[in-house]
Amino acid sequence: MEELSNLIQGFGVALTLPNLGYMIIGITLGVLIGVLPGLGGANGVAILLPLTFSMNPTSAIIMLSCIYWGALFGGAITSILFNIPGEPWSVATTFDGYPMAQQGRAAQALTTAFTSSFVGALFAVLLITFLAPLLAKFALNFGPAEMFAVQFLTFCSFVGMSKEPPLKTLAAMLLGFALAAVGMDTVTGQLRMTYGSAVLLKGFDFLIAVIGLFGIGEILLTMEEGLAFKGKSAKINPKVVWQTWAQLFKYWKTFLRATAVGCWMGITPGGATPASFMSYGMARRFSKNPEGFGKGEIEGVIAPETAAHAAGTSALLPMLTLGIPGSPTAAVLLGGLMIWGLQPGPMLFVEHKEFVWGLIASMYLGNIVGLLVVLTTVPWWAAILRIPFAVIAPVIIVVCAIGAYTVHSAMFDVVMMLVFGVFGYLFKKLKYPLAPLVLALVLGDMAETNFRQSMLSSQGSLSIFWSGPLVSVIMALALVLLLWPLVPLLRQRLSGDRQAVRA
Amino acid sequence: MADDDQPKREQLARGPEVLLAAVLLLLAALVIVDSLRVGIGWASDGPRAGYFPFYIGIGLAGTATALLLGQLRRWRQDLRVFAEHGQLASVWMVFWPMVAHVGLIWLLGIYVSSVLLILYFMRRHGHFSWLASAFTSLAVMACIFGVFELWFMVPLPKGPVEALVGL
Repeated sequence: MEELSNLIQGFGVALTLPNLGYMIIGITLGVLIGVLPGLGGANGVAILLPLTFSMNPTSAIIMLSCIYWGALFGGAITSILFNIPGEPWSVATTFDGYPMAQQGRAAQALTTAFTSSFVGALFAVLLITFLAPLLAKFALNFGPAEMFAVQFLTFCSFVGMSKEPPLKTLAAMLLGFALAAVGMDTVTGQLRMTYGSAVLLKGFDFLIAVIGLFGIGEILLTMEEGLAFKGKSAKINPKVVWQTWAQLFKYWKTFLRATAVGCWMGITPGGATPASFMSYGMARRFSKNPEGFGKGEIEGVIAPETAAHAAGTSALLPMLTLGIPGSPTAAVLLGGLMIWGLQPGPMLFVEHKEFVWGLIASMYLGNIVGLLVVLTTVPWWAAILRIPFAVIAPVIIVVCAIGAYTVHSAMFDVVMMLVFGVFGYLFKKLKYPLAPLVLALVLGDMAETNFRQSMLSSQGSLSIFWSGPLVSVIMALALVLLLWPLVPLLRQRLSGDRQAVRA
Repeated sequence: MADDDQPKREQLARGPEVLLAAVLLLLAALVIVDSLRVGIGWASDGPRAGYFPFYIGIGLAGTATALLLGQLRRWRQDLRVFAEHGQLASVWMVFWPMVAHVGLIWLLGIYVSSVLLILYFMRRHGHFSWLASAFTSLAVMACIFGVFELWFMVPLPKGPVEALVGL
């Protein structure tokens, strides 16, 4: 097994004392980000990214990915103790987690949530370990046409699978592409859409967009509710942990289903949030005790947490192998890799083998460290939420502003962060999805380059996208997903016509 | 607005919907106009710079128009609520200090303006004493100074006060 020997080498890279230290720092920062409203995985990583510019890439990505795991763990704490989802993917955890806390079973609920997160992530990392090298090897044969087709598929699947209105998904995505095109054209060197302004030369940085859309937008949204935290306190002792673990074995089927849903939704860019809802719905349907759901059923905590963490982790699979992030946070990590000069995609597995396997090994270690950290530190996190919002809110605003400034040391970026913040608020309120916008902004240049290279080799004929079996299949799949929202519409119209004929 | 007789004053979603769609349409127009300027056809060495953005712009214009017209057509029936007026007021209460903060960074650097922001929030919204507010805001910014300037050596914008102290 080549993968296993590579993985062991990877552990050698990841398991150094400084790296373990970065893991613990990363996890702690991540849980903090996950617990605080207005700071989430994506913008948390974006804010901290500039701090890692001076570190070596392997340590940096280990710390950043640990922030991501920490945020995934942290979302559960606020959901269960405060009934406030710290992250969108932990909304489904509140349904049964908070009732459990109300019944005095907070410690059990938290242990279940953390363990489920861990199991979900572990399966997803196993999947990455064995599938990623195969996928990367396969993708080495991709030309520009195939790469564009895969990117096209990613974006079409947003339109087809998103629960937001398809037209709004499309609009958000196209806006992302338009913003990505601003600045110097990478191929011809011409300036586009700058309208003579010097600050637009560099174009719009997606890190600024992420901090604004997710950070500032989220704070504005939280303020509507005029925050007042009223939470349950919890202490986890080893006895409860052992008891809960013994109990969890019974639910292996729920774990398996949730992992499958999560991995699928993570690899296709469905993301952690829909995965958690879908998994919750499935668990209720398969349960022997569906009436118990919503009233403190332990399966109602297992299912969404396992799926969310599995999805969050497996979102890194397409990012590493194809250069296509499965979630906004994966997109930020991808941006980080590019800043360090590591181009994600199939070549990464050939050229930077050590880095890739170090990262994969760190996923195993990071999740183990994460589980231990959250199990032991829960009371402190709960205490943080008792700090009044009048202190937390301005500190979050300051941190966002600093994060935006440090990307390029430019004040213009801080102003743009506010503009993106307003857009983020409006988008959220009016049900435009943010993820496609961010992904289009990240992938825009790459997609455009692939498209232009394909056009160049076919002398401007779109037929290149139907020229081989592989590219045709991907394109066909993409078109099906793109047109998927029209199906219910057509069906409605057809049945409507029939009724009209009968009448 | 026709919703004045309701007990809770609410902002309906239809206005912001139209506004946002119109903004998207405007942005699409900017993209299309500039793509035409740099050329959307072929040069001797392949597609010109406006080739790809032009179609993106057309697509965005099309979707925005569809959203705009769809909303205008449903104008009377669509009574979805955007937010209550009270909610919008509390959003505004956070938003204007944010804008002021960014403006002040320009004048005073990030440290002084951030201290002012935290002071304002703690006094105005948290009703803390001057002492507690001053201590917290200074402590937070001292931590940030330590992490960014000393530990990771990332310089942050400074103003006249820092120059006076000699930082």
